[in-house]
Amino acid sequence: MKTLFEKVWERHVVAPETADTPAVLYIDLHLIHEVTSPQAFTQLGERGLKVRRPDRTLATMDHSTPTRTDQVFGGVPISIESAAQQIAQLEKNCAEFGVELFGLRSDLRGIVHIVGPELGATQPGHTIVCGDSHTSTHGAFGALAFGIGTTEVGHVLATQCLLQRKPRTFAIEVNQRLPAGVTAKDLILGIIGRIGVAGGTGHVIEYRGATIRGLDMEERMTVCNMSIEAGARAGMIAPDETTYAYLAGRPRAPKGEAWERALAHWRQLPGDTGAKFDKQVEFDATTFEPMITYGTNPGMVVAVNGTIPQRRGDAAFDQSLRYMGFEAGASIRDKAVNVVFLGSCTNGRLSDLRSAAEVLRGHKVAKGVQMLVVPGSQQVKKAAEAEGLDRVFIDAGADWRESGCSMCLGMNGDTVAKGEYSLSTSNRNFEGRQGVGARTLLASPLTAAASAVRGRITDPRELLNG
Amino acid sequence: MEPIKTIRSRTVVLAAANIDTDQIIPARFLTTTSKQGLGQRLFNEWRYAADGSPRADFILNQPEARGCRILVAGRNLGCGSSREHAPWALLDYGFQAVISTEIADIFKNNSLKNGLVPVVVDETTHRWLLEHPGAEVTIDLESTTLTLPTGETVKFPLESFARYGLLNGVDELGYLLSRAKEIDAFERRAP
Repeated sequence: MKTLFEKVWERHVVAPETADTPAVLYIDLHLIHEVTSPQAFTQLGERGLKVRRPDRTLATMDHSTPTRTDQVFGGVPISIESAAQQIAQLEKNCAEFGVELFGLRSDLRGIVHIVGPELGATQPGHTIVCGDSHTSTHGAFGALAFGIGTTEVGHVLATQCLLQRKPRTFAIEVNQRLPAGVTAKDLILGIIGRIGVAGGTGHVIEYRGATIRGLDMEERMTVCNMSIEAGARAGMIAPDETTYAYLAGRPRAPKGEAWERALAHWRQLPGDTGAKFDKQVEFDATTFEPMITYGTNPGMVVAVNGTIPQRRGDAAFDQSLRYMGFEAGASIRDKAVNVVFLGSCTNGRLSDLRSAAEVLRGHKVAKGVQMLVVPGSQQVKKAAEAEGLDRVFIDAGADWRESGCSMCLGMNGDTVAKGEYSLSTSNRNFEGRQGVGARTLLASPLTAAASAVRGRITDPRELLNG
Repeated sequence: MEPIKTIRSRTVVLAAANIDTDQIIPARFLTTTSKQGLGQRLFNEWRYAADGSPRADFILNQPEARGCRILVAGRNLGCGSSREHAPWALLDYGFQAVISTEIADIFKNNSLKNGLVPVVVDETTHRWLLEHPGAEVTIDLESTTLTLPTGETVKFPLESFARYGLLNGVDELGYLLSRAKEIDAFERRAP
């Protein structure tokens, strides 16, 4: 009896692990971007090596890439010179090594973890890696997907393989229905709050149970995306009819007979009944609420209507609250926000934009609040514009941008000013993540939109209920 | 990579838990295409004031930190982003090892591949190290032990292949390339 993870792992073992050597693990899909690949290509060049499987390698640009339309399409120079050089370097490397690249003006470009799934390149049973920790996103399809460093990017470019010790397995089961107004983002923030930011270290998580089965693919991606925020390199969800329906007809998904063969294989992937995990927890979905972080790691999270906890004798906790300008025991609700960021590989997909637009429609972003809406890919942007979501955001007073990582990590010109509060749908509230001295509060697109309207932290259920 | 057998040095202590790789090296310094010079930006936000002057209250700006090769940090060191720039920055600054009770997976992997030794110790040893900043300790890779100035020696876990690589200064790419025949065979039988 095997788990989903074990089935995928075993099918990719080129050479098994021994006491002295890790397993050689084959990688089906290698995604690359401008920030963590240049030194790997340099290493290849120095050793006179080629990319072994350009056909299994896909490049996009997202991290240091600007989101301002004039810089992407208008010929205005990219404001950060080193970022422009990095983008040019990726173009050069991809041309030299024969790797397919979705370049700056490509309508297939976007955040690497949005692009793979929307093209259908991300498939059940695949091993997928990328020099980015949020590669865990692709686990939503029943793939084994994890982030790697630049040295390992070089290994995969040269050999299509990685040296890996088999990680342990961790089942997180969630049953019952999420209450109205409680989203996949609230679910994963709540889970991280309960298991802790190192709760998944050394493990691959499998999310299971009726609540997970009931999520659509975009919601599943939001959950798997933040597995790394609980310390787990990978999070997986067994593929099912929802997965197959999402993939059918996507440009890089198998077609015709190949589709039937793939489907037959994919149906074998879910874990066997009675398969054992190294660790297991279970949660009741009805106990989850809209969540928001109050500190400087994603485990410091409370219900939007909750209060900031106290932790006596914990210097790091105190420092975190000092950085945030918050006091233990205070209510988080109604705190003023300066910036609202809707986007990122966590919440930059079409359904995220739709849910925020539903709250914003007919409202204005509160005076003094800057709202930035950044679609996760050019395809998401196009689809959103086709249904008029851009107008909802623009009419409300928000800024509508080209796709990219944007304010999630503030290395592309989109930053939050020192001391300002940013309600962000991204994944990390680390000190300085969105800009030097910036204070980040992580929440769902619904909470972000509701808080943008009120200019202070708001439970989205107040606006959803009229 | 140079072979590493032992590291003997005084320690620098950063007691905070959950030091993420964004603190080790902020994202805005990642628009580089090389590995060099990142040590200048190590712990940038904690190390420098807004005008770029060194903050006197930060440990790396104090005279006793000079020449220290070992960093002792709170639990869950290196969580967050997979950026290999974090170990590059630590190494470029001059660190050769990091010690904590828990070190995040990707950061640990990245460290091993660059010759930065990740040492995971028990709570008691960790507490002693936190309470004795500047203590001269020895990390021995042959025996995978950490020796405190009290004479006490504790074992630490180190994956066998990574240990071999550190001791002999060999990188993994050469090993992976040597398995090319098996990779060819796998590709022939895989769909």
